[in-house]
Amino acid sequence: MALCDSGQSPREAFEVIVKRHMKDAYLIALGLVGNREDALELSQEAFYRAYKHYDQLNSKGKFFPWFYQILRNLCFSHLRKRRVRRNYESQMDDGGPHTSDCDCSSQSAVRNRQPIELNDHFDPEVVAERNEAKDRIWRAISQLDEKHREVIILRHFQNLSYEEMAKLLFCNQGTVTSRLFYARQRLKEILDHEMSSPDPESGVWGPQKGGQTS
Amino acid sequence: MTCQDHKDLMMAYLDDELNEEQRRAFEEHLASCPDCAKDMEEFKRLKQMTDCVAFVEPEDRVWNEYWNHVYNRIERGTGWILFSLAAMALLIYGGFLLIETIIADPAVGVLLKIGLLALLAGLAILFVSVLRERIYFWSRDRYRDVRR
Repeated sequence: MALCDSGQSPREAFEVIVKRHMKDAYLIALGLVGNREDALELSQEAFYRAYKHYDQLNSKGKFFPWFYQILRNLCFSHLRKRRVRRNYESQMDDGGPHTSDCDCSSQSAVRNRQPIELNDHFDPEVVAERNEAKDRIWRAISQLDEKHREVIILRHFQNLSYEEMAKLLFCNQGTVTSRLFYARQRLKEILDHEMSSPDPESGVWGPQKGGQTS
Repeated sequence: MTCQDHKDLMMAYLDDELNEEQRRAFEEHLASCPDCAKDMEEFKRLKQMTDCVAFVEPEDRVWNEYWNHVYNRIERGTGWILFSLAAMALLIYGGFLLIETIIADPAVGVLLKIGLLALLAGLAILFVSVLRERIYFWSRDRYRDVRR
């Protein structure tokens, strides 16, 4: 599909598109990767790739769902690279790379370890008007796996309806509902687990509603 | 309907995505099922807490410069494509001239010339072979249009 159909140059037409969607793109990327620098870099790279492959877009009205696929793939790929790099670094810290035979520790140990690795790159400073409860939620979100974090970000941070989410995720609303259920279930588990460790401020998942400290 | 079915409705109820009839039916179930009612309370609480979290918006400067950063990438991308094409063309042309000079030079030994031609022939065969293999697999790849 052509980029310039109203007398504008392709650059001008694309500038309008970028300016219309840049905030959403940045905030979604921020939710997925957890820090400002990466979110800016990845959202700008996604726009560049969208420009390069604009001819693959079938309909002008569908720009954002199409663009979102580019953005999320970039973010997920970035997270995977970060995880691999982090695993490699931790292996080096443990005294050199392990052979596959050495990696046969239980799967739950690996699962328990992964969130902590991801968590390191999730900057608590990106949350507005921080307090103990918000920090706890953001930490828990950072420990969700990618697909579950994605639906939480789209629903709670972008305020999208199920229909809009289904369009972005190229799935039906039933899948959205089901992913949201498991994402929230997992969030509850993470928060419960965190609260089961001794903490002087513990209520159920932190300070009660209305009693949040600023 | 089982409790599991109602759990699927729980999210839609929580996010106000049910129609009036579904909402009423679900509320009736909640009134008669303490387990679901307890889950619902926890999910409500979680939603309230999650809804309170918002991101810090970057300062205006970031948005003012945003397009320039994207444009720089576009410009550089075009630059790299031109540079790569030109470099490749020049390398091929330069290589061709060099080989032509070596072949035409009577001072260069026949053995060296034969070796050079064999090297080029080998490279050409390898290139054609790899290209043919790629085209063969690409044309039979049933998943080439699948979004990855």
